Amino acid sequence: MLARPGLPDFEYMKAESPQDVFRLLEERGGEVKLLMGGTDLFVQMRDGNESAGILLDLKYLPGMKDISYTKKKGIKIGAAVTLNQLSAHPDVTNHFQILSQSADTVGNYQLRNRATLGGNLCNASPSADMAPAALVLEGEVSLSGPDGERVMALDQFWVGPGKTALKEYEFMTAVCFPNPPSGAVGRYLKLGRSKMGDLAIVGVAVLGYPDPEVPAGIRFRIGINSTAPTVYRVPQVEELLAKAPLSDDILRQASGEAMKVSAPIEDVRATVLYQKKMVNNLTFKGLKEVWSQLINS
Amino acid sequence: MVIHQISLIINGTEEGLQVPSNMTLLHALRDKLGFTGTKNGCEAGECGACTVLVDGEPMNSCLVLAVELNGREITTVEGLAENGKLTPLQQAFADLNAVQCGYCTPGMLMSATALLRRNPQPSEVDIQEALLGNLCRCTGYQRIIDAVLKASRNGGAK
Repeated sequence: MLARPGLPDFEYMKAESPQDVFRLLEERGGEVKLLMGGTDLFVQMRDGNESAGILLDLKYLPGMKDISYTKKKGIKIGAAVTLNQLSAHPDVTNHFQILSQSADTVGNYQLRNRATLGGNLCNASPSADMAPAALVLEGEVSLSGPDGERVMALDQFWVGPGKTALKEYEFMTAVCFPNPPSGAVGRYLKLGRSKMGDLAIVGVAVLGYPDPEVPAGIRFRIGINSTAPTVYRVPQVEELLAKAPLSDDILRQASGEAMKVSAPIEDVRATVLYQKKMVNNLTFKGLKEVWSQLINS
Repeated sequence: MVIHQISLIINGTEEGLQVPSNMTLLHALRDKLGFTGTKNGCEAGECGACTVLVDGEPMNSCLVLAVELNGREITTVEGLAENGKLTPLQQAFADLNAVQCGYCTPGMLMSATALLRRNPQPSEVDIQEALLGNLCRCTGYQRIIDAVLKASRNGGAK
């Protein structure tokens, strides 16, 4: 394989304060690209798909690499926390295990020393591995702009492939997750062409937790990637599962419904039919695994 | 073109150098400083041939700008052996013929060194996972895995 051409010319700048970011974006907006881990941006720049006059590094802004947890509020993860830091952090492994699981499926170990949670979410790839778990954990993103900080539910954040609800001059500072309901169990299942470094053909995150208020006794949340313009939940399927006592047949029916909702496009990795069938299979497998774990715990 | 004056601590020695903004650590090491043990493969974070340790953690040097690492400690494959004495890992690679063309070997050694430091007794699966980001087109991987296992029994990374 021939080496790629080097990175195109740009100026690297390290943001010292949020004001630095707003000022530069205001003065030279069109030329500026925001840099986190760069694992996608550098590849895109080398391939000629992205260019920038200035790369503005946000990693060193205050709080961007912090993780804080409280029993009351849950966890706040700085946007520049790397996926390896996230995966190994005791508050994540103890309370948000599905985030660790998801992080471990991204690329490879050395890549995850650079790739960040914020980068993965802001990239708004339909196949983002952190997104299904972030959705079922009902995360919120903190966005910083010249008018101050605002918080947005993640299900409002992605508006299309590569597109987010970030306004001009805004950037993501952190992602917050409330504590999952008591007794919750989560599972992220990813299908790629190979185990190494590949993007998800389909990824399904399932979170289940006991809920005596519903006939099923368990509530599920399901997040799916790679099979629509954005990563999505399937509330109609979640409702269906809550309505009746659980059985393999109900799980199969629900997985079939998830397959109907999915809207993949044919691409280099898989056909539409294959992706839809894999939504069916992975949803069933995820539901079954979580259900079994809940019954046995 | 904006030039930055930076210093990197490479294999324990501080090196001052001037780099343009768009120069990756990979090119700074190879073209500016002559550490050609670090190989240029895909330049996309997929093959792992350019893996070095930054503050002890493996990274793809093709996906890091040199200017981002001002003042940080870098270990390349040249920094593993001390006074000509191979580390147990390097010795195991030699003993078990875990090298064929050799192009992936520096990256493999760096990833495996980091693995043995964080997990001195890895299982075969641990090794497979740690080396997922290092491609080898010659060996079929088994000898590499065997060499890491052997090194873990012979004193680990160093």
